[in-house]
Amino acid sequence: MELFTNQILAGISTGAIYACMALAVVMIYQAIDHLNFAQGEMAMFSTFISWQLMQWGAPYWIAFILTLALSFAGGIAIERALFKPLTKAPILTQVAGFIALYSIINSCAGLIWDFTIKQYPTPFGSSPFLGSQLISTHQAGMIGITLLMLVGLYFFFRYTRMGLAMRAAASLPESARLVGINTSWMIALGWGMAAAIGAVAGMMIAPVVFLEPNMMLGVLIYGFAAAVLGGLTSPFGAVVGGFLVGIFENLVGTYIPGVGNELKLPIALALIVTVLVVKPAGLFGRPIVKRV
Amino acid sequence: MSAAVEEVVTEGQAVEAVPKRAMTLGAGTSLVVLALLVFTPFVVKNFIIFQMTQVLIYALAVLALNILTGGSGQFSLGQSAFYAIGAYTSAILMEHFNVNYALTLPIAGVLCFGAGFLFGQPALRLSGVYLALATFALATAMPQLLKLGYFEHWTGGVQGLVVTKPDAPFGLPMSQDVWLYYFTLVISIAIYVFSVNLLRSRSGRAFMAIRDNEIAASAMGVNVSLYKTLAFGVSAGITGVAGGLGAIAVQFVAPDSYTINFAIALFLGMVVGGVGWLPGSIVGAAFIIFVPNIAESISKGLSGAVFGVLLFLVIFLIPHGARQIAIVGQQLAARVRR
Repeated sequence: MELFTNQILAGISTGAIYACMALAVVMIYQAIDHLNFAQGEMAMFSTFISWQLMQWGAPYWIAFILTLALSFAGGIAIERALFKPLTKAPILTQVAGFIALYSIINSCAGLIWDFTIKQYPTPFGSSPFLGSQLISTHQAGMIGITLLMLVGLYFFFRYTRMGLAMRAAASLPESARLVGINTSWMIALGWGMAAAIGAVAGMMIAPVVFLEPNMMLGVLIYGFAAAVLGGLTSPFGAVVGGFLVGIFENLVGTYIPGVGNELKLPIALALIVTVLVVKPAGLFGRPIVKRV
Repeated sequence: MSAAVEEVVTEGQAVEAVPKRAMTLGAGTSLVVLALLVFTPFVVKNFIIFQMTQVLIYALAVLALNILTGGSGQFSLGQSAFYAIGAYTSAILMEHFNVNYALTLPIAGVLCFGAGFLFGQPALRLSGVYLALATFALATAMPQLLKLGYFEHWTGGVQGLVVTKPDAPFGLPMSQDVWLYYFTLVISIAIYVFSVNLLRSRSGRAFMAIRDNEIAASAMGVNVSLYKTLAFGVSAGITGVAGGLGAIAVQFVAPDSYTINFAIALFLGMVVGGVGWLPGSIVGAAFIIFVPNIAESISKGLSGAVFGVLLFLVIFLIPHGARQIAIVGQQLAARVRR
């Protein structure tokens, strides 16, 4: 029993990483209706920017806020420059665009900051949290920040005019345009917000997985899986999905014999697919009724 | 955002509706392309012939994905898994059972057809990104499964298997590479003709009806689940044959050649060639084989970025892939004739 609770705790702390990423994934899915494959790389790049700022002597929180602003602007810039011209292109072509963006960002980061692994500081310290060896104060802080972002987003979408306009633009673009919402800019705003949330995720994850250009690869896959499991229409679902995937992964690794690190990912994905077969819209997603 | 309102949408078209006549080439153009494919080996070096063989093999795999996505409207990021099954089937039959290389291909095809058909069953309930995730899971699992200790006796584990290259039969005076090229060419043409006819048949029309509107198709009496799984099976079967050919051509199979990156490359090939346009498959295959090399030669350190920029250029200029060029070409030809 002791082992079981410990594994659940460990699962929650890795799950916080996935929850962070899943939240960013769901954000952009809400705004543009696609999964952005370059999301992880954008987050990685933001994290490198904050690292660079700190190398130049900026204190952590100043670097944090500057990076958020830069990422927000960067996300909007990428949308305006690269994806706005593709609005009318077929969806699969846009997906190819995401893959191209992925490849460009990854390669550029490798050239600028090279592929050596770097230490990344944490603002929360890394001593054991409340006497538990499994969750450090950093991981507790990360969970706290994830939940804080979730609450912030909830209020933004529920109670602000801008949030309402973004929701309208995403769910019924035609009608939104008729009531005077600039849907094109709402999409750009969605990219900006997703980039900023991704940046927070990256800066929270970096102390755990260390900073290097490929750090987000595994995280992004689990983040996608978590978002899909929770339901792509629900930020709350994404966070729950993230924690569930983290717990799954740990329990599978502990209790199923012969499962090394290599098989963890396929098994976690298989479990998620099984859940999806039973509940195709994800655990908390709204079922979409189709008509002819 | 929190209210559990049911959202009613008119089903958006994820994949463009391509009419079946627009999916193929005219007779004249086909003959020119065929002549080029048959006569080029007389004038180029062996290494280029080997690369052309690879292009044909990849083109088959892209074609298979095109039938699935362009034909029936289902996404797949799991094609690398079926390719791997095909490659390993051929390699194991040749090396452990001494089966003739040509006979291993139909076996690989049938086995992959079965695997695809079975995988299509649970995938029935999923569509769009959810299906992409399920097939993605398959693609990431495959290299790990091939490395498992239980199968190591057959698969050779991490090291993989070495496959012997076949000689030209009947004492034909040609090198192994040239023979393999023509062997691949004949199979590719056969599969291409089969695919074109399949899409023109009753089943092909059923695929397209499902792609364009699933609910309407089922109301018209199309057995949606049967045809969706059938599309998966056919696609996997062709991919399996391509995998078998690939194993024979590169003389080597190893788990890490069949990662998710390969599935993504096939997807890019399909987009560049034009989704739903079968002849585009060969253009897409050439893109995914040659463009990374070109990017590497432009800049070693930034090859990924150069590749990304080239890809962006292509999709900016021709968002509908090579099909767009073909359509413009046709219109020009028509104008000249007038």
